[in-house]
Amino acid sequence: MRKLRGLAFAIAEAIDQEMAHNERLVVLGEDVTYWGAVFGFTMGLFPKYGRERIVDTPITEQTFMGMAVGAASVGLHPVVSLMFVDFCGAGFDQMFNHMAKNHYMSGGQLPMPVTVITAIGGGYGDAAQHSQVLYGLFAHLPGFKIVVPATAYDAKGLTARALADPNPVMIFGHKLLTGLPFLPFEGEEEEVPTERYTVDFGQAAVRRQGRDLTIVAAGLMVPRSLKAAERLAQEGISAEVIDLRTLVPLDETTLVASARKTGRVLIVDEDYMSYGLSGEVAFRIQAGALGSLKAPIQRLAVPDVPIPFSEPLESAVIPSVQRIYEAARSLVGAQALA
Amino acid sequence: MIKPEPSPQDLQYLVAQAGLDADQLRRAYRQLCLIRSFEDLIADRYYIGKTPEFNMAAGPIRGEMHLAVGQEAVAVGVCSLLQESDAVVSTHRPHHHALAKGVEPKKLAAEIFGKASGLCRGKGGHMHLFDTSRHFACSGIVGASFPQAAGAAFAFRKLGQRHVAVAFAGEGAANHGTFAETLNVASVFQLPLVVVIEDNLYADSTPKWAALSTVHHFQRAQSFNVPSYVVDGMDLIDVYRVAKLVIERARNGMGPALIEAVCYRYRGHFEGDAEEYRTREEVERWRALDPIPRLEERLKVLGWADEAMLSRLRDEARQEAEAAILFAESSPLPEPQEALRGVFQ
Ligand SMILES: Cc1ncc(C[n+]2csc(CCOP(=O)(O)OP(=O)(O)O)c2C)c(N)n1
Ligand SMILES: [Mg+2]
Repeated sequence: MRKLRGLAFAIAEAIDQEMAHNERLVVLGEDVTYWGAVFGFTMGLFPKYGRERIVDTPITEQTFMGMAVGAASVGLHPVVSLMFVDFCGAGFDQMFNHMAKNHYMSGGQLPMPVTVITAIGGGYGDAAQHSQVLYGLFAHLPGFKIVVPATAYDAKGLTARALADPNPVMIFGHKLLTGLPFLPFEGEEEEVPTERYTVDFGQAAVRRQGRDLTIVAAGLMVPRSLKAAERLAQEGISAEVIDLRTLVPLDETTLVASARKTGRVLIVDEDYMSYGLSGEVAFRIQAGALGSLKAPIQRLAVPDVPIPFSEPLESAVIPSVQRIYEAARSLVGAQALA
Repeated sequence: MIKPEPSPQDLQYLVAQAGLDADQLRRAYRQLCLIRSFEDLIADRYYIGKTPEFNMAAGPIRGEMHLAVGQEAVAVGVCSLLQESDAVVSTHRPHHHALAKGVEPKKLAAEIFGKASGLCRGKGGHMHLFDTSRHFACSGIVGASFPQAAGAAFAFRKLGQRHVAVAFAGEGAANHGTFAETLNVASVFQLPLVVVIEDNLYADSTPKWAALSTVHHFQRAQSFNVPSYVVDGMDLIDVYRVAKLVIERARNGMGPALIEAVCYRYRGHFEGDAEEYRTREEVERWRALDPIPRLEERLKVLGWADEAMLSRLRDEARQEAEAAILFAESSPLPEPQEALRGVFQ
């Protein structure tokens, strides 16, 4: 055990420890050597494994995603860096028509052990093409398991779990949780075991117990929701905070149980509002807990606009602690009036 | 230096051949200085709030910052031959192209500062600069410039307009599928397109040797039957000579071309780059080829400018850049509600 700050080192350590045990793991992507994939997810691997196993590719998302498909189908387990999730467009066909489908389409013949690691999120002024979250896009496609860690402990354990999975898994690491010195850090230092361990997919974590409402979140929205919950507590409002950890598979059991207990649900998402995580989670909750709901499910997400550059504009669209607090308060207050 | 240094007599021959007169060359010099001053001032302001600890989210300019110090001659050499209605599509490193294409420095700076008076009302930022009045656009997605410029070229021809489109991109972008796909289309359709590869030897931290199967882009372009030229991207006159040839040909319906401009960026890939992937010595070696002193030298040899005139041009350029930064700094930020407007027309 030792203290770790952020997801980046935790993910890199998991890859390192699994690479030492599994010859088939190879890291592919842009700037994965000197720059550790920019957001640190492969830092420290290049000095240890060299260009033989840590492979800088040309800027060719379509081709290195396709190479991962081909390599996985004949025996490697590629760990692919998609530097920013925003660049998925440049390699999307290989991901959504092949990586996600070949196992199914081949009647189960083709293995597809690929782990894609990508950086998500805004809040530091990188504008419309470098600030998106987009996990909803991939969660929508049958064939990807979707991992969104909010803590260093989870990041290491979920990455190790992904590297043992025979299926395509995408890990979405939020930039403001990486713990790198050049970015703001909204997580906390935590105890993380030095030894290998895994965290199971499909198990949400109840980060804070509460009675009056349930706040459902993933990634950066988890620490923001926890901060909002602290402020609510000062006013006597008791919020339960659920960290989804994986979107596919989704832990309906924990969600429904919490909704039944509190009767009010606020879903907080940094992805775009429509046709995404917030709508899906709301559907699953009402399907299992409609009779217990005391108010319509509420959601807070990016209001269907691209992420603008300028600070006041960016702050206006990405859910903040303040807006989570206000939304939670009005959800509880609205009910009290009824 | 990739071409023989011309003797004074040959220099006169070369500029005459390029159709460059004293006035044009002095104007080009002033443009180089404007870009250099602009980039230096942006760098200076970018670090406000970011020292001693470098935090990308702090200070008056947030996010990533890719500056083009060292690459000015490519932008000016090409764009000084363009008309206002010709289209330029640039990249994540766009300031030099924007300024060379005539984008107003004040509005450009204001956008980089995220101000309401910026080109895009503060919504775009440094990697997403658009100015329809100058037919200028760019993208933070590598490889995106090629097909968009080809599309503009396609439209110009369809609309019967004698305009040319230019795609700028780095040597890293030339590995992207869009490079090959665009050259093929431009060649089949004989589009009025000029592709300019600014080959500065690195894509992020990745040296060219690790990512390109050949050091030369012209080899690849020629396989699509696109006429291609290698130029010294640190020499304005060399860039200009070739750009003039290919732009005129494209304008006259003679099809696309590629210019491979060998150049160097003196600053990191982006600000905050620790540059572990290259040596100080290499950077110093390229300093000897700095396009600004090189053009000064040539202007003197040609007898077209003396030190006093050069210094006057430099000062003017510096003042113009300073005025732009001042305008940006003193402009108001946009109102938060602006964020929700403008997804659709
Ligand atoms: C599709 C896509 N992949 C990756 C990136 C990240 N990225 C930004 S700039 C860059 C390097 C570009 O190198 P080059 O084309 O040589 O241009 P230079 O930066 O040298 O001007 C990379 C990989 C991106 N913006 N878009
Ligand atoms: Mg380059």
